[in-house]
Amino acid sequence: MTSANDRIAELVNNNDVVLFMKGTALFPQCGFSSRAVAILDRLEAKYETVDVLQDPEIRQGIKEYSEWPTVPQLYVRGEFVGGSDIMMEMFESGELQELLAAAA
Amino acid sequence: MPMAASEIERLIKAAIPDAAVTIRDLAGDGDHYAARVESRSFAGMSRIKQHQAVYAALGGRVGGELHALQLETAVPQPETSQ
Repeated sequence: MTSANDRIAELVNNNDVVLFMKGTALFPQCGFSSRAVAILDRLEAKYETVDVLQDPEIRQGIKEYSEWPTVPQLYVRGEFVGGSDIMMEMFESGELQELLAAAA
Repeated sequence: MPMAASEIERLIKAAIPDAAVTIRDLAGDGDHYAARVESRSFAGMSRIKQHQAVYAALGGRVGGELHALQLETAVPQPETSQ
């Protein structure tokens, strides 16, 4: 049996760019998740998504794993980047583009 | 249960006494807010740590009682010439 923590560690360490979100990239179920997807698409990033609505264990576990109370959450190369507000700030300053370019 | 903007501001200031807090009620429903928090205590902290400090001040309400808090944090700039 694998704990939520182990499953999350595996997801963030085996994928360069992972977005934990509500819904899917095509059908986001929340405005904040939708914004996060829009930013990544705008940057033409290659990313995986994890729909927390389909997985209550991950939904709760990711909050503890990141010490962050809300979804979406972006991970790049195993490092927690932040939620949609931080993504937007980093998008506007060009930092997110740099971070993702380095991950590609 | 919606939360009043004044209560959000009070909680943030209780934990971060020098904080300058600006709150906007985004949807007018007392449940979707945007907050900007400036504090000298954020100096040297990553954005993640700054946001975590505000979430901690709100004691677990964000993501629960408070559905969504759009958050912007900053260290006050000495020359406020904007």
